[in-house]
Amino acid sequence: MTRLGNVISVHLTAEERSLLAGESGPAPAFAMEILSDVAEAHGADRFVEISQAHIDGCLYHAPVLLDFANRLLDMDASVRVPTTLNVSSLDLLHPELYRGDRAEESRALMDAHVAMGCGPTWTCAPYQLSSTPSFGQHIAWGESNAIVFANSVIGARTGRYGDFIDLLCALAGRAPLTGFHTDEGRLATVMIDIDVPDEVLDSDIAYPLIGFLIGKLVGQAVPVINGLDQRADQDRLKALGAAAASAGTIGMFHVVGVTPEAPDVETACGGRQPGERHVFDLGDLIRAKERLSKGSGIVGAVSVGTPHFSLDELRLLAEVSGGRRATIPFYVNTSRDVLAQAADSQLRATVEAFGATLVTDTCTYITPIMEDVAGDVMTNSGKWAYYAPGNLGVGVIFGSLHDCVESAVAGEHIQTDKWL
Amino acid sequence: MRAKKVLVSGAASGQLLRLVEPVSFWGGVSSDTGVIVDADHPQKGAAVTGTVLAMPHARGSSGTSSGFADLIRSGLGPAAVVLESADMMLTVGAAVAGRLYGTTIPVVVADLPANAQGLWQVNGEFLEGFSS
Repeated sequence: MTRLGNVISVHLTAEERSLLAGESGPAPAFAMEILSDVAEAHGADRFVEISQAHIDGCLYHAPVLLDFANRLLDMDASVRVPTTLNVSSLDLLHPELYRGDRAEESRALMDAHVAMGCGPTWTCAPYQLSSTPSFGQHIAWGESNAIVFANSVIGARTGRYGDFIDLLCALAGRAPLTGFHTDEGRLATVMIDIDVPDEVLDSDIAYPLIGFLIGKLVGQAVPVINGLDQRADQDRLKALGAAAASAGTIGMFHVVGVTPEAPDVETACGGRQPGERHVFDLGDLIRAKERLSKGSGIVGAVSVGTPHFSLDELRLLAEVSGGRRATIPFYVNTSRDVLAQAADSQLRATVEAFGATLVTDTCTYITPIMEDVAGDVMTNSGKWAYYAPGNLGVGVIFGSLHDCVESAVAGEHIQTDKWL
Repeated sequence: MRAKKVLVSGAASGQLLRLVEPVSFWGGVSSDTGVIVDADHPQKGAAVTGTVLAMPHARGSSGTSSGFADLIRSGLGPAAVVLESADMMLTVGAAVAGRLYGTTIPVVVADLPANAQGLWQVNGEFLEGFSS
């Protein structure tokens, strides 16, 4: 084991010493070695047992990922807790959609994770699965939007994990007790007041814009947001968190009176005064929308469902599209789990009759799926708008789901939100 | 000077490259060339290969650890990394690269002097500059 120059030494239970000694095989020992190095370097003096993991490292983007997975397979690695998988580069249900040249490596990486006992869920929204954790549970989740949702909306406890460490925690069944796993690490230090006309908070689109502004502002700090109410439902908080975690590095936020650890500002801040206070007004939201809209203004396609559409969002799409037909490509990213539920309820047939291409297991911003687009791509996702121009080289028009549908029907950009 | 924290211990030296903004190791630096390719980064085009790379922290992404490890794999990574605040994803990436490829790079947290430049060395918890 590599010794580091720090003085903290990690306290190990008898079980952890046994894992480290290889008494459960080489893979848990390998995982415990690296986790012990990480715990020591980052000031965790012990580990906490986790009830589940969500793995981000199944998306192929570099040879090291396959080297890592193959090394673990050579050691007969198997996860010790229930584990779900994030999106990959391929849509296994609709393989014909993939237009890239890394299918072989991508598939090998996916297969390796399933061979280690991870569930083939292939979704960035594991909180929409029946396996979603409950308040207070310690978990090890990768995928930035899922991390934020688990910590903020559910009140489960996960570090800001990513490739490698999420799987190492799953193989060891534990995580270093630090950061968001501790009470102290979850307290807000920045307060944000939302000061906009009341009707703005009726618009879905307000929430990813608030998230984008928060991500740009707070760095790694935990913010407490004041001025929202019950209209900030799960899907809206999902959009807020995903945009915030794309534009910045946040792992948790509180919304006063809405999220479970923020009955009031004082509780969210642990009885201390927030170190910083900021106000977002209507002008800030409008400027955020302009920053996320980088294109010619000619809409050539629509992509929604980043993070993966929930069943409620699919219902809303079916309702808004109401028997009409899209005249441009309209992509909907969702999980195979939600798709199966939609197929049961005829929802799938309705959405497909509208002309939507349903994409599962992956997402249109990380993999070559969309056909060549004549014009910009319109989206209601702050996360998609943030990453797609760099990943895909496309222009973006940012708008509500309602306006995405209207624009797709009309074949031109339509904006109905008056306040924008 | 002494590091405030050693995330990954080791010894290395190189020309100091100070990044004015965090860079993402998931897509922000090419593991084929070692060059910063993030279109939004003010130092786009700079090569990190062989440098003592100083930055506030890595820009957040779930792919930071593997991107960093892949840069170590390709041999085009920095010689050492000096951060302003600890970043667990870099510790993990360096630790995994060390076990997979038998090579890693030191990562420390330190407050470098504002005018630091030229050749710098990182050795365990010690940092030293060799030109003014």
